[in-house]
Amino acid sequence: MDSLYLLIPLSVGLVLAILAVFGWALHGGQFEDLESEAERILTEDDRALDADQASDPGAREQSHV
Amino acid sequence: MASPATLAHPAATPRETEGVYTDTAVRLFALAAVLWGVVGMLVGVIIAAQLTWPQLNFGIPWLSYGRLRPLHTNAVIFAFGGSVLFATAYHVVQRTCQTRLFMPGLALFTFWAWQIVIVSAAITLPLGMTQAKEYAELEWPIDLLIAVVWVSYAIVFFGTIGIRKVRHIYVANWFFGAFIIAVALLHIVNSVAIPASLTKSYSAYAGVQDAMIQWWYGHNAVGFFLTAGFLGIMYYYIPKQAGRPVYSYRLSIVHFWALIFTYMWAGPHHLHYTALPDWAQSVGMVFSLVLLAPSWGGMINGIMTLSGAWHKLRDDPILKFLIVSLSFYGMSTFEGPMMSIKTVNALSHYTDWTVGHVHSGALGWVGLISMGALYYLIPRLFGRQQMYSVKAIELHFWIATIGIVLYIAAMWIAGVMQGLMWRAVNPDGTLVYSFVESVKATFPYYVVRLAGGLLYLTGMLIMAWNVVMTVKSGKVATAPIPAVAAAHA
Repeated sequence: MDSLYLLIPLSVGLVLAILAVFGWALHGGQFEDLESEAERILTEDDRALDADQASDPGAREQSHV
Repeated sequence: MASPATLAHPAATPRETEGVYTDTAVRLFALAAVLWGVVGMLVGVIIAAQLTWPQLNFGIPWLSYGRLRPLHTNAVIFAFGGSVLFATAYHVVQRTCQTRLFMPGLALFTFWAWQIVIVSAAITLPLGMTQAKEYAELEWPIDLLIAVVWVSYAIVFFGTIGIRKVRHIYVANWFFGAFIIAVALLHIVNSVAIPASLTKSYSAYAGVQDAMIQWWYGHNAVGFFLTAGFLGIMYYYIPKQAGRPVYSYRLSIVHFWALIFTYMWAGPHHLHYTALPDWAQSVGMVFSLVLLAPSWGGMINGIMTLSGAWHKLRDDPILKFLIVSLSFYGMSTFEGPMMSIKTVNALSHYTDWTVGHVHSGALGWVGLISMGALYYLIPRLFGRQQMYSVKAIELHFWIATIGIVLYIAAMWIAGVMQGLMWRAVNPDGTLVYSFVESVKATFPYYVVRLAGGLLYLTGMLIMAWNVVMTVKSGKVATAPIPAVAAAHA
């Protein structure tokens, strides 16, 4: 099974790389204050339209509900 | 507080105003996804009809099942699914990092080059040019272009992470990032081939070595392309559409690390009872069983995001797409580990049960979450509050769901029946059924499967109409980058 001599070192190398990235994330403060990070994506109103379109009420409310 | 203008990336193209997100590539990929979804699912319906009535091959080699089947899989996975992943990754990474894309020109390059890959596939596969590796059929020149696109994708994505204005990297980006890196690695290792001519090459590996590499690729492509990437979609668009943070952000992080630490060795379960060493098959089975835990952790986390606000599911058809996709994700990630158990696999392998399993993941999980994300994305990209017709979204949801249920139920019954017929032996040791008797017995289930596929395609056509109407009545909208809250580098 020669292909395992490629795949096993590759997978082990990958796990070590993942471990290194995990270590960076852990010690780099990526996992601090998780609750506010979960909330953060909600604070942005991505329905914002161009000034051009916001002035056109039809663009917002035209939907055939 | 910095003003939006100072937050814009200095290398931004002059065509797009500073201080707004670079969404051109997102817009193009979102529309391409709808187009390729229709095409890929149409080819799927055609080959489902060919399996039911083989006369539909018409004796034309270019339209034969063997050539159209890889066209179907490539179109739905890489053209439809790929376009959805490009669009959502470019959209999410900008919003969560509160910055423009790194090298927007390169992002546009990934769009056009990816379309060239898709069109090349649509030409070469019916002509019979293939490396004969499942889900990696494309010949070496196209493989090289895929590698170039993928490296460009990685540069844009990780470059954007690099210039982020928010210190924390949102969990969806971790999933997208893992998907991009893993697919690059899988594609490059599996596609190593010796060219014999422009249109023919031979794999660098042979025999069972090739099979092991192929299914290391094949299963991890499912794990990273069709799972990790779409989980990135799940962790952004479900909270956004529900207007609530993910149920447990802590669990989402455990989900990510557990999934990527354990995924890589599930591949050998595709090679049970073959020339692959027995221990490697068992390792594959054990890792597949372990995967049940992170998969279900993630599924529960996504669904429970609606905890305490279940009424939103009744009123909002986009949430229906997103949440029901997770229930199919849960079903297929339970079914998969069960099918990887050797004794179960002895019954299920080579039967239509496998086809049913794949489609509960593909139609149910990947398809529905993609459609949900596109329904969220497209109106926003074209300056509208919602899609042209919300009723049509609701109709699409129900047609698609009924289609999936018909499809997978038919394939479960057909698969178990085939497995039982093939293994039935008389007291004297001879087989009870010939192979063709199992084919005849499968006919009604193929008809039901075709009906399910037709319903699913109909839903996609409704979506395409809805998208055309939305784009026609809207216009290209840019979104400003909000000022970043203090205390974040």
